[in-house]
Amino acid sequence: MSVQIAELQGKNGLPPVKFGEEVSGAETLLRCLILEQVEYIFGYPGGAVLPIYDSLYGSYFKHILTRHEQGAIHAADGYARATGKPGVVIATSGPGATNLVTGIATAQMDSVPLVCITGNVAQNLIGTDAFQEANITGITIPITKHSYFVRDIRDLPRVVKEAFHIATTGRPGPVLIDIPKDVSNAVAPFTYPDQVEIRAYKSAVEPTDEEVQAFVQAISESKRPVIMAGGGIISAGADQELLAFAEAARIPVINTFMGLGGFPGVHELALGMPGMHGSYTANQALLNADCVIGLGARFDDRITMGRTKEFAPKARIVHVDIDPAELGKNVSTAIKVTGDVKSTLKKALPLVSRCDSEEWIDQLKKWQEEFPYSYKKDGDVLKPQAVIELLYQSTNGEAIVTTDVGQHQMWTAQYYKFKHTRSFLSSGGLGTMGFGFPAAIGAQIAHPDRTVIAVVGDGGFQMTNQELAILSQYKVPVKVAIINNQCLGMVRQWQELFYDNRYSQIDLTCSPDFVKLSEAYGVKGLRASTPEEAKAVWAEALAHDGPVVVDFRVAQEENVYPMVAAGNTLDQMVLGDE
Amino acid sequence: MQRHTIAILVNDQPGVLTRVATLFGQRGFNIDSITVGGSEEPGLSRMIITTGGDEQKIDQLMKQLYKLIDVITVTNLSENAYVSRELALIKVNASPSQLAELNAIVEPFRATIVDVGPASLIVQVTGDTEKIDALLVLLESYGITEVTRTGSMAMARSVVPVPANV
Repeated sequence: MSVQIAELQGKNGLPPVKFGEEVSGAETLLRCLILEQVEYIFGYPGGAVLPIYDSLYGSYFKHILTRHEQGAIHAADGYARATGKPGVVIATSGPGATNLVTGIATAQMDSVPLVCITGNVAQNLIGTDAFQEANITGITIPITKHSYFVRDIRDLPRVVKEAFHIATTGRPGPVLIDIPKDVSNAVAPFTYPDQVEIRAYKSAVEPTDEEVQAFVQAISESKRPVIMAGGGIISAGADQELLAFAEAARIPVINTFMGLGGFPGVHELALGMPGMHGSYTANQALLNADCVIGLGARFDDRITMGRTKEFAPKARIVHVDIDPAELGKNVSTAIKVTGDVKSTLKKALPLVSRCDSEEWIDQLKKWQEEFPYSYKKDGDVLKPQAVIELLYQSTNGEAIVTTDVGQHQMWTAQYYKFKHTRSFLSSGGLGTMGFGFPAAIGAQIAHPDRTVIAVVGDGGFQMTNQELAILSQYKVPVKVAIINNQCLGMVRQWQELFYDNRYSQIDLTCSPDFVKLSEAYGVKGLRASTPEEAKAVWAEALAHDGPVVVDFRVAQEENVYPMVAAGNTLDQMVLGDE
Repeated sequence: MQRHTIAILVNDQPGVLTRVATLFGQRGFNIDSITVGGSEEPGLSRMIITTGGDEQKIDQLMKQLYKLIDVITVTNLSENAYVSRELALIKVNASPSQLAELNAIVEPFRATIVDVGPASLIVQVTGDTEKIDALLVLLESYGITEVTRTGSMAMARSVVPVPANV
């Protein structure tokens, strides 16, 4: 077979790839990754991926060596959420692979495109309970979009091509490729397929004309319409289409938690987030709307509160989703549109006319003025909400913000008005503690010139804070804002409200000194305990040319409000202390 | 809860049965019976799964099944007329002297005695679930020591248009 230099599509800077040359499975994998335009790989070596790491040595790829595989996969996830490109992670067999599980489930729940490459023991050892053997394809079946166990080096190029295609098309999601060591070591002439052929898999879902007409018709018949824009707006890259559509039809927009940034939070038609800790106005909009238009949103139980019959009681529900299984899954829907939200909005825009919705918009504005997000200010006590307001004002809403899970996450969603798509990265579906910090690393690597802030709790940060090493090693200037209330705040809140103040196992007062911990990793550490200090310290952090960890010591007993208690309906909203 | 018989055409790949069965478990469905075998096309297998659930839940299950990359088509056979069969082998306590008597019992069921031993014999029967249950009742008085049954195999009657393979 003659050796020829392949023509590379797209991006400059990619090394040439030779076809037809006899190369190892490991080298084959890396050539495939070049052809998929992969630049960054997050990972951790080990016995079963030694051939892959040997091929990586001196290669063009920028590999980020995290300190735990969970850090690697959350970083790859952050990279994917911040760019829309697939995140790539490599882990070894057995414990390396199982350490990816939380990250894979996180990506699956939030429809994030990942390609996870794991090594496995050689095939003659498979099934013998060999050292560091785990059936990772079996373990991850319920939490991947698809997975592969590669038995033959000749299948590897097709598998990689399919994996990237599946991860990034349709409803995106994580795909796992498990490669036994003998396949990495095997040798075969390098080829790469031009096209993917997967029978019955629909990569692009276009709505029919009838569906689009029904969608537009429903809007034209309504006087109190509201759009509920979900994460699908962001994954489809439909933020501009949504803006044009909402303005043309004069329809107010609720951003779900996953949809934050998909519509500018500062827009006059923006109502904020709905649901358990959503805004009063967003929830009132759902309760009083005559038409709820779900766009790439899955009517999650943090929004419907699981009381789907009482949800949006006066409204016809119109639902657009790329995944047909979402239509009618959680709420009964009057009009179902199976399609990518971007192409649906593009098709609908020329057909839609301005709604007779001014009275409705005025009412919503009154509610917004009367019931904004609010908290009690208390002299010298540093309130967590004030910290988020400070982060928002100091960055003018332009930063990429990641979070862990808990109170700080909800306050971030409430008080940081996201203007841009792909600027709020948080584990919505799975609610993964430890996600925010490594995800910020991935986002910062993707966008070296943007301000990236990891807002974390003192609990979640301690699940992945070993990745502080990455900040120094690769000079990643992430700003970490620890909202430190010295306890597991959201658990504390629920124990206060529903378990009679019996604070079981939430005390984190014995945490490390985060400033010293950061310094131990060669990262600047700062601390603030009052509103004054917070301002000064945060200004110093932003001005510092490099990573900083700021330990914000906030009021311990602050609760997240508004709140709809689990089991209640949206009209049973507790507004809070003030 | 309604019974449903679902036919799933899948790629004949290692692990595909696990994927399908896992999805049933994940979505809270119990599999009452499952049969898997070859299909009319090389490289594809057909699974017949019987399960229970109301229309809305089964509809959701079928959509979720379609999301599996190795699934080609999903058909709910219970929505139309279909033929269903299972196979059972039944070991009965009986001596060769009782052969004629047992033959007389199984013959109306178009069952056959496929093995005769000194103290037991094996009856083979095919048919729908009710028919096999009925034969088991009749054989009960002899003493049944072992039963093995396939799950339902099923196919839509030819009046139902065949869905085009995707």
